[in-house]
Amino acid sequence: MKIREDREKFIRLLLLAIALSAISILALISIFIFSEGLPIMFRRGIKAFLLSSDWYPTEGHFGLLPMIVGSLLVTAGAMIIGIPLGLAGAVYLTQFSSKKVRMVVKPMIELLAGIPSVVYGFIGVVILVPFVRDNFGGPGFSILTASLILGIMILPTILSISIDSLLALPPTYREGSIALGATEWQTTRLVLLPAARSGIIAGIILGMGRAVGETMAVIMIAGNATSLPRSILDPVRTLTSNIALEMSYASGEHRQALFATGVILFIIIMILNTIANLTSKRMSS
Amino acid sequence: MRWRLSPQKEQRVVRGLLLALTALSIFILAFIIFFILRHGLPVLSWKFLTRNPVEMGKEGGIFSTLIGTIVLIILALVVATPLGVGTAIFLTEYTTESRLTKIIRFGSECLAGIPSIIFGLFGFIFFVTKLKFGWSILSGGLTLAFMVLPTIIRTSEEAIKFVPRAYREVSYSLGGTKWQTVSRVVLPSALPGIATGVILSIGRSVGETAAVIFTAGSALRLPSSLFSSTRTMSVHFYILAREGISLSKAYGTAAVLIISILLINVVTYYLMSRFLRKYT
Repeated sequence: MKIREDREKFIRLLLLAIALSAISILALISIFIFSEGLPIMFRRGIKAFLLSSDWYPTEGHFGLLPMIVGSLLVTAGAMIIGIPLGLAGAVYLTQFSSKKVRMVVKPMIELLAGIPSVVYGFIGVVILVPFVRDNFGGPGFSILTASLILGIMILPTILSISIDSLLALPPTYREGSIALGATEWQTTRLVLLPAARSGIIAGIILGMGRAVGETMAVIMIAGNATSLPRSILDPVRTLTSNIALEMSYASGEHRQALFATGVILFIIIMILNTIANLTSKRMSS
Repeated sequence: MRWRLSPQKEQRVVRGLLLALTALSIFILAFIIFFILRHGLPVLSWKFLTRNPVEMGKEGGIFSTLIGTIVLIILALVVATPLGVGTAIFLTEYTTESRLTKIIRFGSECLAGIPSIIFGLFGFIFFVTKLKFGWSILSGGLTLAFMVLPTIIRTSEEAIKFVPRAYREVSYSLGGTKWQTVSRVVLPSALPGIATGVILSIGRSVGETAAVIFTAGSALRLPSSLFSSTRTMSVHFYILAREGISLSKAYGTAAVLIISILLINVVTYYLMSRFLRKYT
């Protein structure tokens, strides 16, 4: 009997240790990224990193402003494409289509999330880049191109979380409104969307995080120029591409500056994730 | 006079618009798959899959990258599955909601949101440089394991929660201990759901590039040990396309990637719906 109890106790402890793995890995990643990236930021001054637009890493100039602006613009563009498509799909599939259609279409659109980002980048290069170049001008590798591709990439995130939060609403909301004579669209617009708001916002912010963090597709289509863009047809470089493009040959301070880029990216992502978490928690409570 | 649509007409217009946008999303998906397969399928052959790349991939097939991908994923799953399932068991069976579970969930949620390039940076500085594993299957596999861990935790947790309480009560009433109940009753019942998470992780790993290229490297040789560098299919595809080595081989590789992703999704969907039908 004693042996059995000891064994149970041991298993419990073992599982506890395993359960702490995720948080330990998170801590390990933060520690290593920050300890590699922070020293150079403090040495050079955080202002020099964030507000200078000179990125000449071999000469010791590490201004990340163009990449920060690049990431922001490309993400904003992705939201303009991804939110309407994702929300429209979610509303159509929950309010206007049969359950059967939803059960088929939802996994199909979610399949978009499974397509590797290099494939998106490739499609961008062979189809979208020439299209933008021929029809709108510029080099084709641009904010516009990257936004279009990223918008499609984040669409499944927004769609599927919005569908889940619309379906999580009590059916009485919808029934009550319809019983009062409102049309389905009035019900959706005035009752359901406001009620599911926090879930939908959480989905949008998670999509945003995905757009900010996307690397391979953006490298292939955004053009990677390190100057500040003047129009949406100009090429840009994002924070993620900056790391991926130069990591393979960087050393010394240059490498540290890439880790500093990682620190900024990490902080942006953590802020977005925390907001998404808090909003979706508020909904469930 | 102010022009206004009646609610019924407005609804019809909106409905049409929403349908059009939904159809557009499906069209984009269909287009991507069709486009890759149309250019890639003609390149595919048994030889393409079973021969090694020659001249940086200009000639030959993708055999070594296929092996590289499989080995890397196996290693990642061998590490991540016990950790993920163990965490899920602890969260669902061994504790009640508390500050500790909140911290554990927070860690897993944050990890899920971290972009793959950060995992790549971390893997490079930690496994490749600090632990001196070099660009290797070991570094790449461990980095991937960290990346897919949250997926396995979440799906396993949901799967375990779906197992009806009665199953556990019967086991306890027969004198089963906690661990006996978990290992002989709960886990077997939750297995299809857990498998879904594992297969989803395979899908994510197959397409992963940013985290792998800086940790496993891009050597084209067949790997001989855990410490040899290897090139996965998606890294190979990226290099083929970006350096313009061979467009047709790039399409062929992309077709293999897309077909594996399609298969993986169909299998997960099938497993999931069967699992849900059993318990609801």
